[in-house]
Amino acid sequence: MRYFLQRIAFYLFTLWAAITLNFFIPRLVPGDPVQSLIAKFRGQLSTEAINSLYVLFGLDDDKSLWTQYIDYWKQLFQGDLGLSFTFFPSPVSQIIADALPWTVLLVGITTVISFLIGTSLGVLAGWRRGSWTDGLLPVTTFFSSVPYFWLGIIAIFLLTGPDSFFPSSGGFDSALIPAWDQYFIPSALQHSLLPALTILISSVSGWILSMRNMMVTVASEDYITVAHAKGLSERRVAVSYAARNALLPNISGFALSLGFIVGGTLLVEIVFSYPGLGFILLQALGAKDYPLMQGIFLVITISVLVANLLADVAYLLLDPRTRKEG
Amino acid sequence: MEPVLEIRNLNVEYGLGDRAVRAVRDVNLTLHRGEVLGLAGESGSGKSTLAYGLTRLLAPPGVITGGEVIYHPEKGDAYDVLGLSDKALRAFRWAETAIVFQGAMNSLNPVHKISTQLTDVLRAHEPKMSEHSRNARAREMLKLVGISPDRMDAYPHQLSGGMRQRVMIGMALILQPQVVIMDEPTTALDVVMQRQILGQLIELRERLGFSVIFITHDLSLLVEFSNRIAIMYGGRIVEEAPAATIYRDALHPYSRGLLGSFPALRGPRRELTGIPGSPPDLAGMPSGCSFHPRCPQAFEPCAPHIPVLGRPGTPDGAARSVACWLHPTEQPVG
Repeated sequence: MRYFLQRIAFYLFTLWAAITLNFFIPRLVPGDPVQSLIAKFRGQLSTEAINSLYVLFGLDDDKSLWTQYIDYWKQLFQGDLGLSFTFFPSPVSQIIADALPWTVLLVGITTVISFLIGTSLGVLAGWRRGSWTDGLLPVTTFFSSVPYFWLGIIAIFLLTGPDSFFPSSGGFDSALIPAWDQYFIPSALQHSLLPALTILISSVSGWILSMRNMMVTVASEDYITVAHAKGLSERRVAVSYAARNALLPNISGFALSLGFIVGGTLLVEIVFSYPGLGFILLQALGAKDYPLMQGIFLVITISVLVANLLADVAYLLLDPRTRKEG
Repeated sequence: MEPVLEIRNLNVEYGLGDRAVRAVRDVNLTLHRGEVLGLAGESGSGKSTLAYGLTRLLAPPGVITGGEVIYHPEKGDAYDVLGLSDKALRAFRWAETAIVFQGAMNSLNPVHKISTQLTDVLRAHEPKMSEHSRNARAREMLKLVGISPDRMDAYPHQLSGGMRQRVMIGMALILQPQVVIMDEPTTALDVVMQRQILGQLIELRERLGFSVIFITHDLSLLVEFSNRIAIMYGGRIVEEAPAATIYRDALHPYSRGLLGSFPALRGPRRELTGIPGSPPDLAGMPSGCSFHPRCPQAFEPCAPHIPVLGRPGTPDGAARSVACWLHPTEQPVG
């Protein structure tokens, strides 16, 4: 328990450091977000409007950096991430809240499915080493080294078109209004199929490879021979002795990959113009939309930290050796 | 004495075809009921392979290429272990022959509790047993090997090396097997712990009446703890005799070399001698007697002809056998 509290303290510190960096980096970058907003309105802003924009963004000159920093924290605790320039005057928190479910559902579900399929196939391939399953290995090596956005481009090129079932871009039919009804949900599912498949194909191979290799390593451990010698059934040895132990590194890999759900599949969303967080981030980068970028980075940071914490907890639960006494 | 396990012409190879390495060659060995049979030899002499072969635990590419392992159960007819179906083999394992492996440290699965690893044997072999009696039996085994039963819920990393090996011995005895194979059971332990554990095992053997095949390269331990000793070299058994006979009057030059390479605790000081040269390459075995290139007493027949294991012409020849041209035999074994 003490170990666990130590970990939490460590993560809180990391979070503080990340948020602080998140605050300072945009302010160290030369240029001024208000200037880019003025450019966007093609100079049709009065001096008063410009001044109030500076105040609004917390960039008014008479405030010191320290006061700005304190204000930034105050706003954070109120869930106020500022206003976006690109989608002016929507608040950043609103934009993120709209985009986040798309990413989490698409990438989250595919990551879980990919982990489950990949790990089970890896267990099988590792346990039946030397059988036909070894023939899968070159294929998985190939797919795990293919970047998934490239696979996405190929998929769009080959599978989409005017008559195709698969739409080439977007998260739903643009004629529909987002709602939980019988028109919108099938459309959203249809739009998510191709991006989901590309992520699945390119990420499942990694799980297969790592699980298979761990299985092969564990299969030569003495306790596996002992388990065979004990006359346990093949299934029990494979599951409870070999796979149980081989799973450990994969579990922490899985927890970490959960952290990258939010930020890691940016390119797939860009390729498919999928209305998730990655796509929004691309737009924010293009428009030098600092508040939005900061907000998205904050979400990514938090999810990576939470995933790390999850990995720690999972390891504590699964591997008794990591539990400290007392 | 009644035999419990008879190994007949056992051959084990690693790999297939022309490049196969013959690790065990034409081994004939009989284990009698209630005895401790020691198996000694240098690393690579085939002693562990023999143990894995007779329980069919060889990891690929190890293959049994010939021979029989006849097991005599306490009741019922004898059968060939090598001919058992997978299901019958699973039932045979641990219930009839249990193994205590070398490397006490890694024989227990680090993620399962001691209790789980003790009781899953019972769950596999005696499915009708209740959970309560399984736990009671596991606790009893721990007590038998001198570990407090409240360590049932401990994980392997919470036990010392000696305790872990004692847990393994307790686990080996949990189904009351007829034969316990000990493959270098105490190599990873310090000498004090070695003697403690072996002493305890011999005491348990007297109480429970199982037979032991005790594999080690430490001949001094064998002389002390076993009834008979078989010496292996290059995959073959080169000499087999009662422990005291080997100690006092070994016939094979290799056995004598092994005996000369450890100090006696009592008696006059003597010069320690090693065996010159190194163990043979199993892939390119010398012709004839495989020990002849290192043998101080080699003469004409040694290089071209393989000596057969058989009764020597000495007065105590009936109780021992040797494969050496210095002691040509009239009665081959096997």
